[in-house]
Amino acid sequence: MSSRTALAGYVVRRLGMAVAVLFTISLVSFFLLKLSGDLATSLARDSSGAYVEFLRRQYGLDQPIVVQYGQWLGRAMTGDLGTSFYFNEPVAALFAARLPVTMLLSLMAIVLALAISLPLGILAALNEDRLGDRLIQLFALSGQAMPVFWSSYLFIIFFALQLRVLPISGGASFAGLVMPALTLALFTMPALLRITRAGMSDALASDYVRTARAKGLRWSVIVTRHALRNALVPLIGIAAVQFGLLLGGSVVVETIFAIDGIGYFSWQAISQNDFPVVQATVLVVSAFYVLLTLAADLLSAWIDPQFKLGRPA
Amino acid sequence: MKIFRALSFALALGVAAPALGLAPAIASPADDTLTAAFGFQLPTLDSYYAGGREGYLLGLLAFDALVYRNPNTLEFEPLLATDWRQIDPLTLELDLRQGVKFHNGDDFTAEDVAYTIAFAADPENKIFSPEKVVWIDSVEVLDPYKIRIKAKQVSPMALNYLIQIPILPARYHAAVGKDEFGQKPIGTGPYLVARGGGNTVTFTANKDYFDGGAKSVPAIGTLVYKTVPDVTTQVAELMAGSVDWAYYIPNDLADQLRLNPDLAVTNAETFRVGFITMNVGNNPSPDSPLLDKRVRQALNHAIDRAAIAKALYGDSATVINAPCSPFQFGCLTDLPGYEYDPAKARALLAEAGFADGFTIDVYGYRSRPVADAILGYLRDVGITGNLNWQQYPAVVKARRDGEASLVIDDFGSSGIADAGYILSYFFAGTSDDLVHDDEVTALVEAGNTSIDADVRLEAYGDAERRISDEAYWVPLFTMPINYVAKGSLDIPIPRDENVEFWRAAWK
Repeated sequence: MSSRTALAGYVVRRLGMAVAVLFTISLVSFFLLKLSGDLATSLARDSSGAYVEFLRRQYGLDQPIVVQYGQWLGRAMTGDLGTSFYFNEPVAALFAARLPVTMLLSLMAIVLALAISLPLGILAALNEDRLGDRLIQLFALSGQAMPVFWSSYLFIIFFALQLRVLPISGGASFAGLVMPALTLALFTMPALLRITRAGMSDALASDYVRTARAKGLRWSVIVTRHALRNALVPLIGIAAVQFGLLLGGSVVVETIFAIDGIGYFSWQAISQNDFPVVQATVLVVSAFYVLLTLAADLLSAWIDPQFKLGRPA
Repeated sequence: MKIFRALSFALALGVAAPALGLAPAIASPADDTLTAAFGFQLPTLDSYYAGGREGYLLGLLAFDALVYRNPNTLEFEPLLATDWRQIDPLTLELDLRQGVKFHNGDDFTAEDVAYTIAFAADPENKIFSPEKVVWIDSVEVLDPYKIRIKAKQVSPMALNYLIQIPILPARYHAAVGKDEFGQKPIGTGPYLVARGGGNTVTFTANKDYFDGGAKSVPAIGTLVYKTVPDVTTQVAELMAGSVDWAYYIPNDLADQLRLNPDLAVTNAETFRVGFITMNVGNNPSPDSPLLDKRVRQALNHAIDRAAIAKALYGDSATVINAPCSPFQFGCLTDLPGYEYDPAKARALLAEAGFADGFTIDVYGYRSRPVADAILGYLRDVGITGNLNWQQYPAVVKARRDGEASLVIDDFGSSGIADAGYILSYFFAGTSDDLVHDDEVTALVEAGNTSIDADVRLEAYGDAERRISDEAYWVPLFTMPINYVAKGSLDIPIPRDENVEFWRAAWK
């Protein structure tokens, strides 16, 4: 079997698995949301029983649950994710309007996190078990230990209330994205730093690095061309998962900094019992994860000559 | 989560502030702009599709209804209608104000009223809260400035609904359709929507706003509706001076802000009241202790409502003894109720055969601290509550299915200043009626089907007395909220949460 055929087969298998995963997620989330109670009651709040009945008919909630799911799935296949109860607009359009700011914020955060973790991870591995390594690991530990909302508030106090150099909330300007990106980078950085350090540490202790040194190659070439290339394989996988997490899961940060993105949109949907939005968010965020994991696997296959396409990790 | 975050912020502030020499900024009113923070986005700029309190606020700012309810006196006052009278039990005649113009220059006439009600009542249009128009049978235009609204049945709460019906410009609305109207709304209100969408909506003062009505030309030229979902961030914005006003600030944060000389914190009443419902008549278990009136009375005596109210809702919170808000028409404020007396509660339980107490299911969904306090008081008299903390719809379902013996609940009456609303919801034989007391149901029905204020007062009063005598509920307390404004801002505090931004002015 040629490597090209093997790659094609692998991609098809992974795509098939991605569809199956998304279908399962949509099924489970749909029924879990239904179990949380009667949506019409929830929407009507203090209003009378007649209004609850009206809402139930209006949103098709009087249909059997299997029929509701079938209708939803049929529409979702054509890209119609329903109409938001709260915004009274198509969910897909609302989502599309909010995606760019979340994308930008996530990209800023992941680039910042990589910019911090990559050099620090390499530095830590090069100074393994020495003071520099310990200090870098302490830094990673504090990033990991600090809840996101806590670091958000600390940044607000420092940059916005004290130094007054950044706006407290709002993502309309680049300045408004700096604090949220910093917070998310701080949250994402520890895992990336640790994986870089571990990968580099293993690579530096490997036979091929010893051979390279014996051949008299320059140390910088050994580190960047040989050790780092191998250390990057697990890093890509973790970075992809972290990026997926940022795309769909920066609910707390977007809410604290009033960024009108996907995370805040989901929080608002949950608060307002906006069922079509919650359901669509689960589906789209899952799709992000699945696609990013797929992309990471393919990228790893491309980078790592040892990667066996027939037996992906 | 919110409380945890609020505490974290306080702690972070405590750690960082001294080291940083933190001092709050004082923003200047020089730009003639008032920036108000709200927890939720305006989902659309059409108040018929914007739900909740924010949607109602939009209706007040950019639009006018026929009638206005004064947020302090809670009296109905003329707005687009100058006068009104009941022609017969079903028909309300209204004289309309002349010389009023919509923001686009169109004259306001009776045709706009007829168009608006027809639009809102059409189920095809799927407005957010059709309840405010479903009672209307027809609108008759007598002349350009006189209309008659005919109700489907006697509707004593008609004016309470009319205040929630913003009048649309018929010609413009019909021309652009509801979707474009949601982007570029036109009303007669004291504010025009200058820019809208996303987290920030900017309103500018309507300098041509008409005189003689209950609202007025805004004193501050620009109002910015800024969405800041996290309450702790709102507090930071208030401290930084980038926000001038916010409400629904929790008590713990409000207490911190009281120490700030540049901010004014006001704890003020709302229509929302807390209470505990008891399953007495919705297929309760035959051996339910709640079937014994003495047990229900014991529950009422067991809880120190005043202590919980002050601790969790602030000084403005008051204990209620009737199943309604004291601000609502027809709500008795002189019922004796049941004083906090745990010894008496224990005695009543012993008399009912529960000297050793009992265990009971308690459901709740909103305020966990209130629930924990109540469970603590019940434990003191020997009642063990198994707390089922669930989402609102799940709790309602459990109550309707007769599974929830006790529900710790609250109710805002959708802003209707009439006890008939809450009594109809919980005591009129519907699925939310856990009592099914024929006498109470008949009294509520009598109040709901008369337009004679005295008849209604008597009927609702008798219903409330019986509910209290039979101890069908444990009425708890009113639930005030905290308003925080810049000290230099003079802004009236309402009793119904409907803030009159047009009356705000810089000192």
